[in-house]
Amino acid sequence: MQTHGTFPWSGATLAIVTSLILASATGQFLLAVAVLLVWMGTLWLAHWSPPEVQRIKEVDSYDTSRLSRLIENSGTPILLTDRNRIIVANHMARKILGRHILEQDARVAFRQPEAIALLDARANGRARIRGLARRRDVWLLNRQQLDDDLAVIELLNQTAEEDISRAHTDFVANASHELRTPLASIIGYVETLLEDGPATKPEMRQKFLGTILGEAKRLQNLVSDLMSLSRVEAEKHDRPQESVRLRPLVEQAARDAAGIDRVSRLELRLDDVPPVLGDPRQLEQLVRNLVDNALKYGKPDQPVTVELLENAAGEAAISVTDRGDGIAPEHIPHLTRRFYRTDPGRSRASGGTGLGLAIVKHIVERHAGRLDIASQRGEGSTFTVRIPRQQDDTPPA
Amino acid sequence: MSEHTVKAFDEDITRLRGLIAEMGGLAELSIQESLDAMVRGDGELAEGVIKRDKKIDAIESEVDKLAVRIIALRAPMADDLREVIAALKIAGVVERIGDYSKNIAKRVGKIEGRGTFEPLTLLPAMGEIAAEMVHDVLTAYAARDPVLAREVIATDEKVDAFYNSIFRNVVSYMVENPAIISSAAQLLFVARNIERIGDHATNVAEMVHFAATGSYPPDEDGA
Repeated sequence: MQTHGTFPWSGATLAIVTSLILASATGQFLLAVAVLLVWMGTLWLAHWSPPEVQRIKEVDSYDTSRLSRLIENSGTPILLTDRNRIIVANHMARKILGRHILEQDARVAFRQPEAIALLDARANGRARIRGLARRRDVWLLNRQQLDDDLAVIELLNQTAEEDISRAHTDFVANASHELRTPLASIIGYVETLLEDGPATKPEMRQKFLGTILGEAKRLQNLVSDLMSLSRVEAEKHDRPQESVRLRPLVEQAARDAAGIDRVSRLELRLDDVPPVLGDPRQLEQLVRNLVDNALKYGKPDQPVTVELLENAAGEAAISVTDRGDGIAPEHIPHLTRRFYRTDPGRSRASGGTGLGLAIVKHIVERHAGRLDIASQRGEGSTFTVRIPRQQDDTPPA
Repeated sequence: MSEHTVKAFDEDITRLRGLIAEMGGLAELSIQESLDAMVRGDGELAEGVIKRDKKIDAIESEVDKLAVRIIALRAPMADDLREVIAALKIAGVVERIGDYSKNIAKRVGKIEGRGTFEPLTLLPAMGEIAAEMVHDVLTAYAARDPVLAREVIATDEKVDAFYNSIFRNVVSYMVENPAIISSAAQLLFVARNIERIGDHATNVAEMVHFAATGSYPPDEDGA
C-alpha cells in the first residue's frame, strides 16, 4: 500500500493531547486510551484508504475525439456507440456502411435480428450477420461495452472464408461430374481399341481415334476454363488497380475471339470511353467469352454487334448482341451458374464447357460492375456489362 | 439532416428510424427463411417464420404509437413531417411483407412430393430478386438515397416477368401432372406472394423517395 501525501501529524498530535487532557481531567485512563485508539484509527483509515478518486478519473477519460483519431485509419471497420447511437465511425466503417450511419440508431446500420439482439442486450459478445453491405456477405460483429453508455463495435469480414468453403463443395459436386463424362468415353474407346487389337477395321479405328481426340480436347478446354475461373475467384476480393483503356482492348479481344473465319460477322461500334480500373487480361477474357458465345449461338449468317459506350450514369457499357433463337426467360436468371446449360446436347456439340458465363460473371463482380442479359425469343440476345468509371477511393460526401 | 433545437425530437426520430430498420431486418430474414423452408420442406424453420411475424406486428404498433406521439407533441414541419409520415406508411408496408412471408411459411406443409416437384426449383431465383429489392430499399431508407430507391422500383419489372414465367410453367405442369394439382396450386400462391413482396418493396421505395425529396418518383413504365 502506498501513502498519499504526508502523514497527518497535526491530527495525531491533537488526538494525543485530547486523550491526555481527558485522562488527567476525568482520571479514567481506559476511556482516554479508547478515545485515542478510535481517533487514530479513523485517521489511519482516511489516510490509507484506496484512492477512489483515481477510478472516477479513468471512466471520465474516454475522450471520444481522441478515440476516434485512434481508430480512424484502422483497416477494420470500428464504430463507437453511445447508448446504441452511433457517435463515431472510422474510415472503413463509413466506406462499408455509408456516411449516413453517423448519429443514427445503431439498428439502422445493423438491422439483422442477431445483431439487434446483441445491441439490445447491451452486453459484450459476438454475432454473425449476413448481408451487411451487399446481400451475400458475412460479417462477424464484435461488441464490447466500455462503460455504462459507450460501446465499441468491431466488424470482421468473413465473406472470403465462407466463399472458400462453399466453392470447395460446389467444385467437387459439379466438376467431378463434368470431368468424368469425357474421361469415361475416352477410356471406353481406348479399351475397345486395345481389346480388338489389329482386328479393328481401319475406318472404325479412325472414327474412334477422332472421338478420343475430340473428348480429350474438351477436357483440355474444361481444365483451362476451370483454371481461369479459380484464378478469377482467388482474386475476387481485391479490386483491380490498373487503369485500362477499353476501346483498343475490346476491339482486339473481339477479333481474337472471332478468328479469321468468323471476323467478317463482327460489327464493331466502339466509342472512346473514360478509362476504368481493371485487370486487362480478365477484361479481354470477358469480351472473348461473350463474343464467342454470341458467334456460337447466333445464326451462322447473321452479324454479331459489339458496342462500347459511356452510359448516362458515366459507366462504361460493353454490349454484345447476337441474332439467334434467343433465350427463354426462365433460363436467364440461371445462365451464370457453373455448368448450367439451356440445352445440354447443343452446348456439348459446339464445344461449350458451361463455364464461359460463370467466368464473365466473376470478372464483372471483381470489377464492381453489373451484367445484364436481355433476350427476345426468335430475335436474339444482348449481354451488357457495365463497369464503373475510374475514381478516387474517398467515399462521396 | 441538421440538428434540431429540441434535442428530444432528434432522439425520437432516431428511435423511429431504428425501429423501422429493425422491422425491415426481421422481414428480410423472414423472406429468406420462408423460401428456404419451402424448398427444403423444413417445418421447423417455417414455424420460426410464423412466430417472427408477431414480433414484426409488435414493432409496427410501436412505430405507430411513436409516430403519433411525435406528431402530437412536437408538431414537425416540412422534411421532418415527411420523415414521420413516411415512417408510418413504411411500417405498414413492411408489416405486409412480413405477412406474405408468413403466408409462404404456412404453405410449407401443403406441398407434397417435394423431391420430384420440378417447378419448386424456380422459386428461389425469384425469391432472391425480391429479397434483394427489400434489402436495397431498406438500405436506401437508411441512407435517404432516392437514386437507389429508383433502382429498386426499376427491378420490380424483373420480378413481374419471373412471376409470369413461373405462372406459365406451373400451369403447363398442372396439365401434364393432374395428380399434384393441389401442390402446384399452392406454389402459384407462393409465387404470387413473392410478386406482392416485390410490389411492396416498390411502395417502400416510393416513400423513401418521397421522404428524401418531397416528391414521388415519376412513373417510368406508365403503369
